[in-house]
Amino acid sequence: MKDTVVPYTTPDGRTIGDVLMDMRGITLRFGGVEAIKNISFDIREGEIRAIIGPNGAGKSSMLNVISGFYNPQDGEVWFRGAKRPPMKPFQVARQGIARTFQNIALFEGMTVLDNVMTGRLTHMKTGMFAQALWKGRAEREETENREVVERIIDFLEIQAIRKTPVGRLPYGLKKRVELARALAAEPKLLLLDEPMAGMNVEEKEDMSRFILDVNDEFGTTIALIEHDMGVVMDISDRVVVMDYGRKIGDGTPDEVRGNQEVIDAYLGVAHD
Amino acid sequence: MSADFLYGIEVIINGLMAGVLYALVALGFVLIFKASGIFNYAQGVMALFAALTLVGVMEGQVPFSHLINAVFGTEIHHFGWEVPALLAILLTLCIMIAFAWAVQYFVFRHLVGQEPIILFMATIGLAYFLEGVGDLMWGSDIKTLALGLPQGGSMAVEEWTAGLGGDDFYGFFIDKLDMVATVVALLLVAGLVGFAQYTKQGRAMRAVADDHQAALSVGISLNFIWVLVWSLAGLVALVAGVMWGAKSGVQFSLSLIALKALPVLMLGGFTSIPGAIVGGLIIGVGEKLFEYTIGAPFLGGATENWFAYMLALIFLVFRPQGLFGERIIERV
Repeated sequence: MKDTVVPYTTPDGRTIGDVLMDMRGITLRFGGVEAIKNISFDIREGEIRAIIGPNGAGKSSMLNVISGFYNPQDGEVWFRGAKRPPMKPFQVARQGIARTFQNIALFEGMTVLDNVMTGRLTHMKTGMFAQALWKGRAEREETENREVVERIIDFLEIQAIRKTPVGRLPYGLKKRVELARALAAEPKLLLLDEPMAGMNVEEKEDMSRFILDVNDEFGTTIALIEHDMGVVMDISDRVVVMDYGRKIGDGTPDEVRGNQEVIDAYLGVAHD
Repeated sequence: MSADFLYGIEVIINGLMAGVLYALVALGFVLIFKASGIFNYAQGVMALFAALTLVGVMEGQVPFSHLINAVFGTEIHHFGWEVPALLAILLTLCIMIAFAWAVQYFVFRHLVGQEPIILFMATIGLAYFLEGVGDLMWGSDIKTLALGLPQGGSMAVEEWTAGLGGDDFYGFFIDKLDMVATVVALLLVAGLVGFAQYTKQGRAMRAVADDHQAALSVGISLNFIWVLVWSLAGLVALVAGVMWGAKSGVQFSLSLIALKALPVLMLGGFTSIPGAIVGGLIIGVGEKLFEYTIGAPFLGGATENWFAYMLALIFLVFRPQGLFGERIIERV
């Protein structure tokens, strides 16, 4: 039995609720290499949960397990109180888990608006033939979805580039469009794979602000991977630290910061 | 207006109508190539198979009758009923969709992530398999497609346009079947573009064509989309098979119309729907005009057989990605 967790309120007034996602003893192997070794942690509703660690620690693998791109050899994934069977990524997405990618995976040939609209696909109920035969209903649905999308576009301040093909945008804006598309799904859990990778200081500050605002405004639960320790410590409620596929720390930023193993992993330690 | 000029216009009109049909066949290739990176060698055979099936269903032929007769010593060939054309077309469409599903589930689902050449080889295998199945199901004799489509030149057009020129001009000769084919092909193309642009599945289809990983992350099932594009390619094959079959009979050579699509694809690019349409029109008009102005008077005619490939070759040298294809940029 797991300890029951009690909802609580953070100093800044947000409510952290029940366990939304529970990873239990996850082990992931590629051939003989163990990328993740028996890791357990949970993500609670409404929180910003970070997974950090040096290069090759297994952070991205962990995110790929959550989003269904990898299926672990051992361990259980529990989502919203139910054990999840092995799933394909698109099935995971339909369960309400949206994600962004480290190297940005956008539809380059489509406009920003079209890209963000694809985020609504899981919410569109009208079938193929109904759309052809029952025009009114399809149009109403399209309008509703457009409203959600426009709100997100406003929120992320990308109105000016709505009609621009994504392929023409600079890197920082692409990252923001990808975030918009993930948000358009109104996910129960939002996964961000290195949202600040390759950004300059100003862009990082913008992105941090957006992540905090999304969490605050929409109450979205966010799990993110980040390389940059400084940013993560500022915005996260709780942090998992990984190194060589193992979990070496788990707790609030302050707890993790004082953890000797974490300090060693990041700064290197002299082996006698 | 001089008669020569008017005949030139007639040639262009006929070229445009032929071009629409080329575009239609090319579209079948583009749909599958865009969404899955597979160059479908079997597209032409799919058109043959669709036409064979349509004739077989309409005439109430028993599928696999030769096989059944050989095994059980029976003598059955026909069910003894005839199916109305519209119903037969719907049934054939269902069979093409079942074929699309089977192709995805038995072949390409197991080849995800393989090299393009492997996928291409698989479609070659598929082409010969389908050709064999078509023969086995419906027999290999030449069939006529009696859909009741109009044949021959249109008198109305001829009379209507006869007054345009002088005494030595007798009006445009426009084939009625070509006119029907053009209208049907235009409707189909418009329908496909509308589908891709304005429906949920169309948007998902474009998404898959653009980026598989991103498509997965927004909840799109790649398998579903691939079955969908193979079904659409089946629909395109059916229409192309019907139009060509009505013209020259349903027989093996029908599958060679796919070869006519190759130069169209090289011109228009393998990934562009507008490219397939414009490419088809250019080839259609180009080969007819070339034949009329240079081929017949100076080269002894029959240039239509090779002109399209020549044009494609020239294009390959100067613009390998085609008119509308995605630019090939290798970053170092």
